[in-house]
Amino acid sequence: MTSLPQSTNKRLGLVIDLDTCVGCHACATNCKEWNTGGHMAPLTDQNPYGKDPDGVWFNRVHSFEVDRGDGPGVTINFPRSCMHCDNAACVTVCPTGASYKRAEDGIVLVNTDKCIGCKLCSWACPYGAREFDEDEGVMKKCTLCIDRIYNETLDIEDRQPACVLTCPVGARHYGDFNDPNSNVSKLVAERAGRPLMPELGYNPTNRYLPPRARRVDAENIGAQSRLDPVSPRKGFLSWVDNALSR
Amino acid sequence: MHPAFSVIFFTTSSGAGYGLLALMGLFGAAGQLPQDRWFGLTGLFIALGLVSAGLLASMLHLGRPERAWRAMSQWRSSWLAREGVLALATYVPAGIFAIGWVFLENTSGLFALMGVLSTVMALLTVIATSMIYRSLKTIHQWNNCWTLPGYVTLSLMTGALLLSALLMVFGEQVRAVHGLVPVAIVVAWIVKYVYWRFIDTTQSLATPNSAIGVDGASVKPLDPPHSTENYLLKEMGFQVARKHATKLRLISIATLFVLPLVLSLIAYMGVGGMIALIAAVLAVMLAGLGILAERWLFFAEARHAVNLYYGAESV
Repeated sequence: MTSLPQSTNKRLGLVIDLDTCVGCHACATNCKEWNTGGHMAPLTDQNPYGKDPDGVWFNRVHSFEVDRGDGPGVTINFPRSCMHCDNAACVTVCPTGASYKRAEDGIVLVNTDKCIGCKLCSWACPYGAREFDEDEGVMKKCTLCIDRIYNETLDIEDRQPACVLTCPVGARHYGDFNDPNSNVSKLVAERAGRPLMPELGYNPTNRYLPPRARRVDAENIGAQSRLDPVSPRKGFLSWVDNALSR
Repeated sequence: MHPAFSVIFFTTSSGAGYGLLALMGLFGAAGQLPQDRWFGLTGLFIALGLVSAGLLASMLHLGRPERAWRAMSQWRSSWLAREGVLALATYVPAGIFAIGWVFLENTSGLFALMGVLSTVMALLTVIATSMIYRSLKTIHQWNNCWTLPGYVTLSLMTGALLLSALLMVFGEQVRAVHGLVPVAIVVAWIVKYVYWRFIDTTQSLATPNSAIGVDGASVKPLDPPHSTENYLLKEMGFQVARKHATKLRLISIATLFVLPLVLSLIAYMGVGGMIALIAAVLAVMLAGLGILAERWLFFAEARHAVNLYYGAESV
């Protein structure tokens, strides 16, 4: 059914820290690596070794320069993936029932056996989360690594989305937003985490932590602004100093 | 948005077909149209032919056309599914109406009822088509109150042009239909004019700042996320040069509204004569060109919110 659940037991999603992200693309790469063998497999590519490679990715890392008016512009690395929205219009527009939102955890998925490849869901997503698989003729999207987070053959600490596990700087966090004590809920509260394009009314689950305010310069404590070089008192260097100072 | 030919052809062709069907149903039920079976056959064949050709074209752009039958199931939430259901359901009253007209030369009683039902179903299908676009909050140029009247008025206008020309080809004079044509053109023109004014003077509430959740004076793209075009840019990133858009609008206004209006007035005044016939047929051909330009612009001028991630300053 492409009607949305009234509410979901859990609201699983990601917090992405724009202050910490270094834009290394490791999350995007590991996402492609895991998911090309996972629930949505394969993530096909066209012309992968040619001049114009193109293919399905669930995660894209942009980088922007933002002038916040508090000094030189800041570089913001911005990973973009599915927000697993409460009001997921990508689900309601689906004519076949291939797209659905799970009532138990809020994850938005595609049943590729039912998808007719009309692409309307990708038109309905403001975040560009869905990418069409030209090879298979169906739409594909982020699964929040549903095949990792519930995978009992993995160690408990590995039951997290691939992008979160691989992030070398800990800029990605995974958890339940319905639980006020979860790490993601706490981070959002501490750092004023934001939904993207809230004005469009999709009520996305994922939150982005904006970069912290720029550190202000230290107060004037009477220190010299410039230090004079210390002249050596004896030895060879002292002789050189004296000879050159003459 | 990428102006895919299949969708442009589908919306214009089925739009004109449903417009013609709606008018034949209404005027036929009212006993205004000739009962002659050949007229009924030709008119309904053109109407349902345009509709069916459009529906087939719309299936061609699917990634998995063989699964198209699945597209009816989610009518509770999806306007695309509703359109599919309504499109198929319309064939039922239209078919019965056609049987009465073509085989029995009868458009009264039960067949009149089927005619009126065809009109209602045809208009509902066009409304469902327009709602597919109207309901997308990602595209400000579609998500406004002018999209639906635009589709409905253009459908009725192109249908009226076809019906008027067809009557003249059959040497019939139905003043109500010939008179309706210029009125429909003026109404459709006004709606399209207001639509264009609306999209020229307003933009989406979404901004590059709200797209990445960071406040600040400016957001400039620094490094792209991928080195070549991806699906998003091919499907959603289509941009039409401003000067071309202006030219295409002029072409569209001239061929869709101005010339057909003049020709339909000539046809109305000289109804019954050869000049009127030529004018009516010419008006159909010009409007056919014009509606393709109009629908191409409807897609090409639509700016999807995802473009905010790829350097657009507004959408």
